[in-house]
Amino acid sequence: MLALDTFIDDIDYSDIEAKYQVHWEEDETTLVIDHVPIIEQSKHAALVAKMAKAFARKGAMIKPEDIYVPWDDSTGKSKGYVFIDFSTGSEAAFALEAMQGYAFDAKHIFAVNFFSDIEHYSNLDEYYLEPSVEEYVPKEHLRYWLSDPQGRDQYVTYSGDQVVIHWHGKPGQYEVAHAKPENNKWTELFLSWSPLGTYLATVHRQGIRLWGGRSFKMLEKFAHPLVVLFDFSPCERYLVTWSHVPIVVPEGAQQGPRYFSSEDEGNQLAVWEIASGHLLRTFPTDTHGGNDVPGNKAEMHWPALKWSPDGKYVARAVPGQQISVYELPGMGLQGKKSIKIEGVVEFEWRPLANHGEASEMNGNMLAYWTPEVVNQPARVTLLAFPSRTVVRQKNLFNVSECKLFWQNQGDFLCVKVDRHTKTKKTLFSNLEIFHVREKDCPVEVIELKDVVLDFSWEPKGERFGVVSSNDPNLGNSGATVKTDIGFYQLHKAKEEFRLLCTLPEQTSNVIRWSPQGRFVVLATVGSPSKSELQFWDLDFKVDDLARKEARKDEWGAGLQRLGTADHYGVTDLEWDPSGRYLASSASAWKHTLENGYAIWDFRGQEVTKHLQDGFKQFIWRPRPPTILSKEQRRIIRKNLREYSRQFDEEDAAQDSTASAELVARYRRLVDEWNTWRAGCNADTSVTQHVTKKSEVEECKEEVEIWVEELIDEREEVLE
Amino acid sequence: MRPILLQGHERSLTQIKFNAEGDLLFSCSKDNIINVWYSHNGERLGTYEGGNGSVWTIDVDSESRFMVSGAADNTMRLWSVQTGKCLYTWEFPTAVKRVAFKDDDSQVVCITEQRMGHQCAIRVFNINREGDGTNQSKEPLYMFNPIGSKATVCAFTPTPNVIITGHESGKVALFNVKTGEEIDNNERAHGDVVTDLQMSKDGTYCITSSKDKSARIHDTKNLMVIKTYTTETPLNSAALAPDRPYVLLGGGQEAMSVTTTSLRQGKFETRFWHKVFEEEVGRVKGHFGPINTIAVHPQGTCYASGGEDGFVRVHHFDDSYLKAKPYGDLEIAD
Repeated sequence: MLALDTFIDDIDYSDIEAKYQVHWEEDETTLVIDHVPIIEQSKHAALVAKMAKAFARKGAMIKPEDIYVPWDDSTGKSKGYVFIDFSTGSEAAFALEAMQGYAFDAKHIFAVNFFSDIEHYSNLDEYYLEPSVEEYVPKEHLRYWLSDPQGRDQYVTYSGDQVVIHWHGKPGQYEVAHAKPENNKWTELFLSWSPLGTYLATVHRQGIRLWGGRSFKMLEKFAHPLVVLFDFSPCERYLVTWSHVPIVVPEGAQQGPRYFSSEDEGNQLAVWEIASGHLLRTFPTDTHGGNDVPGNKAEMHWPALKWSPDGKYVARAVPGQQISVYELPGMGLQGKKSIKIEGVVEFEWRPLANHGEASEMNGNMLAYWTPEVVNQPARVTLLAFPSRTVVRQKNLFNVSECKLFWQNQGDFLCVKVDRHTKTKKTLFSNLEIFHVREKDCPVEVIELKDVVLDFSWEPKGERFGVVSSNDPNLGNSGATVKTDIGFYQLHKAKEEFRLLCTLPEQTSNVIRWSPQGRFVVLATVGSPSKSELQFWDLDFKVDDLARKEARKDEWGAGLQRLGTADHYGVTDLEWDPSGRYLASSASAWKHTLENGYAIWDFRGQEVTKHLQDGFKQFIWRPRPPTILSKEQRRIIRKNLREYSRQFDEEDAAQDSTASAELVARYRRLVDEWNTWRAGCNADTSVTQHVTKKSEVEECKEEVEIWVEELIDEREEVLE
Repeated sequence: MRPILLQGHERSLTQIKFNAEGDLLFSCSKDNIINVWYSHNGERLGTYEGGNGSVWTIDVDSESRFMVSGAADNTMRLWSVQTGKCLYTWEFPTAVKRVAFKDDDSQVVCITEQRMGHQCAIRVFNINREGDGTNQSKEPLYMFNPIGSKATVCAFTPTPNVIITGHESGKVALFNVKTGEEIDNNERAHGDVVTDLQMSKDGTYCITSSKDKSARIHDTKNLMVIKTYTTETPLNSAALAPDRPYVLLGGGQEAMSVTTTSLRQGKFETRFWHKVFEEEVGRVKGHFGPINTIAVHPQGTCYASGGEDGFVRVHHFDDSYLKAKPYGDLEIAD
């Protein structure tokens, strides 16, 4: 059995325990029953008999003799309450439960209490004691890292058992921001930042814990035993946890709004409110084709609960049947009913541009697809929410698989459709692009001959990259697959996407756009022999402001490779929130060769590289969206030159201090060494230890080599 | 700096040693043979034959007159360097893992393996330098069994009758050979087997290498760790470069797991680290197996490395190495 109190020592649960502790006095055997009819002495026997019968009917067996009726001497009538003695405390407790609120007759509804309770409350201190006001302890600012004077970003690394949070900035500004002592297992499985970077979440056997602030104090904990996966809502207000083990509420478990109750038993998903730490609701897990052959491990889709971008709704698909949307924070079913969709496989919320500012053109929307059944085509549907009206629907044929990709502003939806030929032997992909912002939501189709392996929208942009392949080795694990990379861009005049350029004969299988757009990295991941990183710029030599004009006359001319790099055994790639640096890491979860991480700038120059045995995770700390208005940002961009001059000066100053520091460090180390050596030499001269070798040292060897080489030998006969 | 490749062994190298002048290089390997080479051109001068087991260790006296070797045939042998004759053989119950001459050549210390019920033993023998050297005492002058983890490497310190040892557990300790008493120890000197121990010229400090991927400089008086060099590969050998502020580290992936990894994985390079700043300054590639042993010429003009691949590579330093001051004009005591 899992005990919740096995939480690691530094977590104190006593406050909660004390709060929800139920005091149970075992020995109490006397009950007081109120609202008993007031009777004359003569009716005593009848009342007692009737009460005994009533108790017996509810399962609490009492004898009429056990009932003691007190009498009011002045009136000669009963006082309206009676005492009942039980032989054991548990019987009394049962009777209390059973008879509480029992309607004895139309006018008399019993109120049952323990005798000791009544005594306790009647003896309460009458004097009102002013509760002492707890002193306000200011909490650490949860977003303190944004106020770093150097504007550095943070990242966390998880290597072995050691979790370290680092600062990352210009050279010389790297620093460890926070590290727990080595023996402290900060997490047992993995780590994650919340979507806006406020919290660091760690996974433990007992549940999830959140940390934050400058000193990374624990902020909240969510007791979900054996939790394996978790997910934040985009607004960081809620948390979803999942465990492969259905919830069991052991007897004597802690109770309260923070804990599972008996109703949650058997469920696997739980939704929590972060601010209060309260459990909101639990769900069973729906796996694909759950009714299939038992033992056939169905695929789990994660995240199992999908949040609308404004955090108001959370939706869950019951595969093949329906999508259920719940309203936060009550977690009630929105509109009191689910959206019934026969055969639904997957759905995605539409991302919103200005983080939750829902308007007519910018409303919540769901996209989902249903596969082909006997004589019905596969179908992709756009559904407005909460109105539940269908915005656009598109039928598709010969579909084997669909995948939905939203552009992060919600302007476009690309459905990657893997189609098969009639013989079902070969696969190829279509891209169905929904122009969501335009009237009637036109759909554009890009047909490709090959299978698309990876698709990626440029963040905030009108471009996307596609990795496709027709390599026969495709699907063979371990083989390096030849791929073609294509970039597409929206043609302004024609309102359609056009091929910008194709890079044939590549091995890259992953596209990673910088979060600010423009820069993109193509990487070969998971291949035993290749591990190339290619850094590309899509607007090379094009002035930022004149970007759009320039594009018209030279289609695809801005594409330029900035650099290539190699990170052996790379498994993960992540851009930093500013889009200036890329982190590549080789995690011990995938393989054990040269684990570690490297950070590159956007040109592919190595900034830093660390090899660590047992390296597992690298995550940049996300930043919340900017609070500057469009106008302010425009002004900053306009005066960029001025700012950059300022920064250049700072850089120069820092460089000189950094090199001075380095020189000083070297000097200090040399001094330390020389003093130690001097001390040693003094010691040896005292012991008068003479080595024979000292005589030898002076003589230098002189080596002479005679080389005789026979070049040619000829015999000539002289006359 | 074109290396000279010495191809005289059929199996992996176990130890290499320069003589005091540095003109000769001795190498021993698992193929039972000891070779001696001219260090300046890599010409083989001769071999010392007669052993019946892998030769684990050798040492030469300061006059290049005698050489001792320890081997897996449970013997320690005394050789005449000049003639190649085996002058004397000591037999033990188990293999000899390490031998070392005292600075004044009067004594030899040897470590025998812990095996088949026999404890690891450290013995000190007097070397009779009179006559032709065949008249040696069979019995050791001192003998004791170090308690706890077995010793893997050892050397005499400048303090009379005190030796410094490295152990399988990663411990580095000082022993009084007369009494067998452990004078001082540093249990946590390393996290894994100590694989090599080489003394500085004056014997006041030494460098140890370990499978825990680090090398350390210790003060031989109080066993204080002075410097630590942490690499990303298990280390088999560490050497001090005389006159230049560098240490040379060698190692690589374990021989048994090499086949499962690619060549770039193995990290079979000699690493040069700055002795004082604890920074890596350079690497020399070449071996295609782990490096088992490194030795530096006593005048610091060249170094040699012996690998699991059976080759010894002798590298003569370029002038630039001897003259360059990559860290500016800092006077660093040797």
